[in-house]
Amino acid sequence: MVKNAVSCRDVAVVRGEREVLRGVSFELRTGSVTGLLGPSGCGKTTLIRAIVGLQARVSGSVSVLGSPAGAAELRSRIGYVTQEPSVYGDLTVVENLRFFAAVLGAAASDVERVVDAVDLRSHADVRVDRLSGGQRSRASLAAALLGSPELLVLDEPTVGLDPVLRRDLWELFHRLAADGVTLLVSSHVMDEAVRCDRLLLMRDGELLADDTPQALLAAVGTDDIEQAFLTLIDRKAEAR
Amino acid sequence: MTPRVTFAVAGRVLSQLRRDHRTVAMLIVMPALLVTLMWWMFADSPTTFDRVGGPLLAVFPSIIMFIVTSVATLRERSSGTLSRLFTLPMGKLDFLLGYALAFALIAVVQALVVVSIALYALDLDIQGAAWQLGVVAVLDGVLGTALGLFASAFAATEFQAVQLMPAVMIPQLLLCGLLLPRDQLPGVLHAVSTVLPLSYAVDAVVGVAQGNSPVGDLLVVAAFILAALGLGAATLRRRTA
Repeated sequence: MVKNAVSCRDVAVVRGEREVLRGVSFELRTGSVTGLLGPSGCGKTTLIRAIVGLQARVSGSVSVLGSPAGAAELRSRIGYVTQEPSVYGDLTVVENLRFFAAVLGAAASDVERVVDAVDLRSHADVRVDRLSGGQRSRASLAAALLGSPELLVLDEPTVGLDPVLRRDLWELFHRLAADGVTLLVSSHVMDEAVRCDRLLLMRDGELLADDTPQALLAAVGTDDIEQAFLTLIDRKAEAR
Repeated sequence: MTPRVTFAVAGRVLSQLRRDHRTVAMLIVMPALLVTLMWWMFADSPTTFDRVGGPLLAVFPSIIMFIVTSVATLRERSSGTLSRLFTLPMGKLDFLLGYALAFALIAVVQALVVVSIALYALDLDIQGAAWQLGVVAVLDGVLGTALGLFASAFAATEFQAVQLMPAVMIPQLLLCGLLLPRDQLPGVLHAVSTVLPLSYAVDAVVGVAQGNSPVGDLLVVAAFILAALGLGAATLRRRTA
C-alpha cells in the first residue's frame, strides 16, 4: 500500500490571464480525512479537478495512488462528487446507481449497500429531480461510493444538509477512513474543520496552512477555526 | 472500449427516453406526419410525390435525429454527469457508441412507421423491395444521430447546439438532390454535394425507388457514420479548462 494516497508538488493552473492555483504542494496520508477549506473562488474545485484528472493545463506533479493523476488505471479506484449533484434527474435513485455500477463493473448488491450508506432507502425509487436538494446530493454521493474506491474526493458534499445528516455523513467518512479509504472533503463552512484529521487552508490559489486542526488552533492561540484562518491571512500579509 | 460500458450507456439513454413521451413521439411520429403532409400537398400530382416521397424518407429521419442527439450530449455536460463519467472507466467511444446504439433502436422503429405509412397508406410507388427501403431509412436515421453527436462537440451550450441544425443540415438538405437533381447543380455546388453525407442517403433511397441496388451508396453512408463517431470521440475532451 502507498503511504501517501495523493502527492501534489508545485501544482499550478493558469486560466486565461489568471493564476487559479499557484504552486500548491501537499500530501494526503492513506486512510485519513482531510478538509480542504477556503473561501468560495479560492481554487478548491480546480485543485480537486486536477486530482481526479479532469483539469486541463496543470503544471507541477499530481500523483494519485502511485500513478499520475488522470491515468486510466485510476478510473475504478477513485470516487468523485462534484459540487452540483451529478446524477440523472429523469431516473430514480436506484436506476442511477445501477447505471454507474454497470460502468464500474461493480456487483448489483453494491447498489443496496450505498443506498443504505447515505440513508436514501425510503426514496430509492423516486426520480432524482423530485428529491430535495439534500437528498439529491446524497444520491450523488452514493454513486461515488460504488465499487468501494480507495480515494474519495468530495467537493462540498454537505452543502444544504441539516445538522443531523451532516453528523451522520461525517461519521460515515470516518468509518470509511478506518477501513483505509482516503478522503479529501472540500467545504467553505469552517465549523466542519474540527471533524477532519488534517486541514488544508487555501486562499487565492495558495496553501496557507497544512496541519492538524489542533496544531493549527494552538499555533494561532485560539479555539475558533475561522479566527485561526483570519489570523493566518493577516500574518501572511505582514510577511510580504 | 468496453462492451459492458457501451451497453450500460445505451440502456440508460433508452430508460431516460422511456420517461420522455414527447421526445419519443417527436422521433417516431414526426417523420411520418411530415411525409403525409407532402403527400397531401401533391394530392393532385401523384407522380411528383413518387419523385420526392422517397428522398423525404431519407431527409426527415436524419434531420430529426440530428436535432435530438446534438442536444443530448450537451445535457450531460451541463449536468456534470459527463465529468463524473470521465473519472470512471468510461471510454469516449463507449459514451458515443452507447448513444448511437440507443438512437439506432429508435431509428428502426421510426423507419418501420414511416416506410409502412409511405408505402401502404400513401401508395408511394417504388421498384425495389420494401425491406430495402426500411434498411436505407434506418441507416439514414443513424447517420443523423452520428452527425448530431459529432456536431455537439462544437457547441458549448444547448442554446448553441440547436443553432447547429441550420448550419449543418439545411445546406445538405438544399444540395442533396431533393429540390433539384444533383447533376443539374452548378459545377461547384455539385462538387460540394458529393462530399456531403445526406447526398448519399438520398441517392440510396432513389436507388431503391428505381429498382437499383443501394449497396454502394449505403456503404458510403456507413463510412460517414463511422467517421463522424470516430471524429466525435477524438474531439471529446476528458480534461477541460
